[in-house]
Amino acid sequence: MNAFLTNYAFLIVPIVKIAILVLIVLTVDAYLTWLERKVIAHIQARWGPHRTGPHGLLQPLADGVKFIFKEDPMPANVDKVAYFLAPFLTLMLAMTSLAVIPFGPQRFTVWGYQTSLGIADVNISLLVLFAITALAVYGVALAGWASNNKFSLLGGLRSSAQMISYELALTLSVVGVLLIAGDFSLRNIVEQQAGSGKGLLGWNVFPQIIGFLCFFIAAIAETNRVPFDLPEAESELVAGFHTEYASMKFAMFFIAEYTNMITASCLATILFFGGWLSPFPESWTFTHYLPSVFMIPFGLWVIFDGVRYENMFGRLLLPVVGAVITAIAAALIVFPVANDAIQGVFWFLAKVFAFLFVYIWMRGTLPRFRYDQLMSFGWKFLLPVSIANVILTSVVILWRMHG
Amino acid sequence: MNAALAIFFVLAVIAVFGAISLIVQRHPIHSALSLILVMVALAGLYLLMGAEFVAAVQIIVYGGAVMVLFIFVIMLLNAGEEERTNFSRLALYAGIPLAVAVTGLIAASIVGSKAAAALPAAGPGTLTSTRTLSTLLFTEFVYPFELTSFLILVAILGAIVLAQREN
Amino acid sequence: MIPTNYYLLLSAILFGLGIVAFVFKRNIITIFMAIELMLNAVNLAFVAFSQALGKPDGEVFVLFVVIVAAAEAAVGLGIIILTARNRRSLNVENVNLLKL
Repeated sequence: MNAFLTNYAFLIVPIVKIAILVLIVLTVDAYLTWLERKVIAHIQARWGPHRTGPHGLLQPLADGVKFIFKEDPMPANVDKVAYFLAPFLTLMLAMTSLAVIPFGPQRFTVWGYQTSLGIADVNISLLVLFAITALAVYGVALAGWASNNKFSLLGGLRSSAQMISYELALTLSVVGVLLIAGDFSLRNIVEQQAGSGKGLLGWNVFPQIIGFLCFFIAAIAETNRVPFDLPEAESELVAGFHTEYASMKFAMFFIAEYTNMITASCLATILFFGGWLSPFPESWTFTHYLPSVFMIPFGLWVIFDGVRYENMFGRLLLPVVGAVITAIAAALIVFPVANDAIQGVFWFLAKVFAFLFVYIWMRGTLPRFRYDQLMSFGWKFLLPVSIANVILTSVVILWRMHG
Repeated sequence: MNAALAIFFVLAVIAVFGAISLIVQRHPIHSALSLILVMVALAGLYLLMGAEFVAAVQIIVYGGAVMVLFIFVIMLLNAGEEERTNFSRLALYAGIPLAVAVTGLIAASIVGSKAAAALPAAGPGTLTSTRTLSTLLFTEFVYPFELTSFLILVAILGAIVLAQREN
Repeated sequence: MIPTNYYLLLSAILFGLGIVAFVFKRNIITIFMAIELMLNAVNLAFVAFSQALGKPDGEVFVLFVVIVAAAEAAVGLGIIILTARNRRSLNVENVNLLKL
């Protein structure tokens, strides 16, 4: 048994990691929908999901059950290959892009197989992400075309034209970071930000603020979120590319959109905000207790809120959840080994959730662009600014090298 | 049969299947999807050979831009399935064996040549780093590089002129 | 390690299939796609030789082929759109007059 594990560890370990990551990402997707509905509701001065479970926490479960049991009709005269391929392709690409993202600094050896905290550690992980972004256009274009519907076709073509336009600005805005880091590997980009020795000021957002803003705007346009979601919002007015898709296939588009949001947030964190690096200097070791310092009051507040909740189910569930959170936080203080191990992942997740919150905040706040405004903004403003950023960065780097 | 050879055969079968599907499918959009499959399989083969940057460029440029252009044009022109017209019997019975013969001729001349047999194996050996490629591109091949950028500019202008409506 | 001949054989097969598609299909766009298939087969041969000889020059040339193919696709598809609009059909047998 041991020999089998050691010989095939290169196959078993990634499969186990993939299973864990897919489970975690699907759960995060589901609760991201909950968070979005709650945050947008509170921005609009109302409560969000409130009845399904305490604080609406079981709403994603209810949505999942609805998607499973809803009828899945297929319109007549559709192109069957393209109709079935589009949602699968979109979901597959969205999930694949999570494979090359490094989540933490640790490298460990399992059954003689050296691995790191991330599924695949390739030399060209940034290029792989660009390749997946480039292929994501097909899901939208095929979905719009396969539905035997003129409005779907137009919505799909508009959406894919938008994605192609902003893809250029996306890739060019990252070239500045590549010039500074000198490497395509995402792990090496974070290591380079750590190794610059300036702590918080070594993060790439400070030399590359223009690049970061261009990247973030282009990433919002790529994931078809507000304010760039006219092709999708047409489904509220006329039709969009996923009009003719019901229950499970629509759920695939939905999950793919949230997974793309998560990937874009992870990428913004890694490229510009130092990935898993802590914003505090290394010498302030008391900041290692920050995860516990946040989690203990939060857990106590959940317990306190739970025992006063209005219905019985909440009074049973919430204190248990709060007790678990407090117990984990206390365990982190008691066992410093565990505390050190989760530092990197904690800061990474904190930054990713900050970006996701900005995404949701923008959805609740900004109006949409009209389609011609969107296209002219992408081509006439964002692309020249990204190119100017590349030229400026290369000039500064050459001047520093030779000056 | 080690892992590299197994992966090679899987990718080669996918590529040939995609190419045959390009010929056999009646609707141009299915042919376009088959060609995308061929390109992705070829990108896998480039990765197997250690040419990682070329594999990424193949997917980003070919698979993500050129084929998207093809699919847009097929959707815009609303290309339908090819009608079954009277297919020439001569074309069917003489054409396919001749095509097989031409392919066999090319293959035999490659495999049988002494120069090709003397080449070492092109397995997953050295990884060609992007730095090597870019150094070559900007020192030894800088003149073709500038020419291709000019060519792209000419192509953009040509496409704009062609797409203008006649006033 | 995989012998270079295997890659070259695959390249030859793909090239032959590209020729078959070019000769037998009647839709202009499909014929153009067959040209792209032939270019891809040649790219595979270039990369195989480049790896076998240990020089990265072949891969640089593959980049040039990809760029030229992209430019050619842009202009060629523009021409195809105009031709299809003028003749109202995508059948290559209709494009048989030197002057419209």
